[in-house]
Amino acid sequence: MKVINDQAVQQVEEKALAMKRHIVTMLCEAGSGHTGGSLSASDIVACLYFWEMNIDPEHPNWEDRDRFVLSKGHAAPVLYAALAERGYFSVDKLMSLRKLGSPLQGHPDKRKLPGVEASTGSLGQGISWAVGMALAGKMDKKDYRVYAMVGDGELEEGMVWEASMAAAHYKLDNLLVFVDHNGLQIDGRITEVMSPEPITDKFRAFGWEVMTVDGHDSRAIMKVLNSARDVKGKPVAIVAETIKGKGCSFMENRVEWHGTAPNREEKEKALAELV
Amino acid sequence: MEKQATREAYGKALLELGREYQDIVVLDADLSKSTKTAEFAGIFPDRFINAGIAEQNLMGMSAGLAAAGKVVFASTFAVFAAGRAFEQIRNSIAYAELNVKVCATHAGITVGEDGGSHQSVEDVALMRSIPGMCVVVPADGASTRQVLRKLYKRSGPAYLRLGRLAVPNIYDDDLQLEIGRGIELKEGKDATIIGCGIMVEKALQASLILAGEGIMVSVVDMHTIKPLDQELVIRKAKETGAILTVEEHSIIGGLGSAVCEVVSEYCPVPVLRLGIEDQFGQSGSPDELLQHYGLSVDKIAQKVRNLLKIL
Repeated sequence: MKVINDQAVQQVEEKALAMKRHIVTMLCEAGSGHTGGSLSASDIVACLYFWEMNIDPEHPNWEDRDRFVLSKGHAAPVLYAALAERGYFSVDKLMSLRKLGSPLQGHPDKRKLPGVEASTGSLGQGISWAVGMALAGKMDKKDYRVYAMVGDGELEEGMVWEASMAAAHYKLDNLLVFVDHNGLQIDGRITEVMSPEPITDKFRAFGWEVMTVDGHDSRAIMKVLNSARDVKGKPVAIVAETIKGKGCSFMENRVEWHGTAPNREEKEKALAELV
Repeated sequence: MEKQATREAYGKALLELGREYQDIVVLDADLSKSTKTAEFAGIFPDRFINAGIAEQNLMGMSAGLAAAGKVVFASTFAVFAAGRAFEQIRNSIAYAELNVKVCATHAGITVGEDGGSHQSVEDVALMRSIPGMCVVVPADGASTRQVLRKLYKRSGPAYLRLGRLAVPNIYDDDLQLEIGRGIELKEGKDATIIGCGIMVEKALQASLILAGEGIMVSVVDMHTIKPLDQELVIRKAKETGAILTVEEHSIIGGLGSAVCEVVSEYCPVPVLRLGIEDQFGQSGSPDELLQHYGLSVDKIAQKVRNLLKIL
């Protein structure tokens, strides 16, 4: 049981805010990319990198490290922001996002950037990759834990359910998957495009322990992570209620911010709100 | 001549390697009895994972295991490996340059009675097109064992194409084989037959018929389709001036295409491709199907005669 106190919560919240500012700034600089889903994931990813995970930026390939797989790889900016803030590379590098020759590819490329655990972006594949890592951990009798994040739209990929079946079958209690439940995908509301609901019931039916949380309440996320660590014999899915574009009023819950980068003016407006 | 299916040799080789190397993990998708990984599963249950009937997840889990330091041998039928899970192999395994060896059995028409839905005639074309992917099609049991050992030592992704049908052994166990280096089985000045997989032995038989007619052909076992032994192809093109490729695969995108790409660019000489024309397979016994689709000793000899006529 990890300690949750005001200081820990405050640190996570400060980092989450810094990450959101990086996201808006780097996406504006890149001129393209996925703003809404990066912001919706920020508070959760901040909790993982600045409170939950046992990692060492000095030794990114340390074999006993915890691992995080961003299965919704289009939200790469949130991962890059967390890694930079955590000290895997300098914050200046964030400005090279999506530029020729940059290790910060449009979707995460593990060959190019230390700290990136999986090359993701083709939806459905990251969760499967995380299952493989968790299996390896069990095989090697290691204590490391594997964390993954899938989008709610991503749940429409059949492969997610193949992976989910396998995770429960192999009793992977070293695997924890967040569902970033922001309710929107490129073409509209998930319930209108192709509903994956009821999400909690589905994971439960697949043999997972399912928890829910407000994905923007750092203290609540820390609490749910604490209780998830006690689950034995099955994987844990945490369905996090989130807001696409969180923190920027003009982006929040707006589907057009799925795959759009802010222009200069919008960036300034966003940064003025992210304080 | 003794016969063994390359899938049988694969199963045995996995056992040998599994005993020697602790980092080997084998995955299958509910076909372990057919792909011959079942014996490994029985002896090393802690290092075998059945993905069930879920090939996409089979490849995804393989990527995760490899990223965590394992050398993964992922098996299912060729049509499901290269076909159904193509994009998982591309994006999760090859794009990340992971140490996953996709070992696909039941390739080609010699699957037999199961029919066209299960006869992969395009898997080499698909796998060859993926950047950095190594593609190997061994001719018999002994070479399969060698290939598996070499692939274990060779870092990175690979596709190993194996067959269901028992085929004659052409090599001894002391064979020394290198990935990416073709084997010259026979020297002859009139033409070169470049084959892979089960067609190599048929090419050798055809060379005997042709020798009786005074036509002396070279025979090459081009087990590695990618990276192709360009040097050998160019040398044989120069030495013999004509090439016939033979493969149990579509003539589009496989060995024949790979050889043509090299020959046309570096040493243009006539090349004929013997393989499956642009069509699917069907049910039948393996031998009937080989005859029906023209993958026979007689057809190889006839193609060589045709080739010499156009010179």
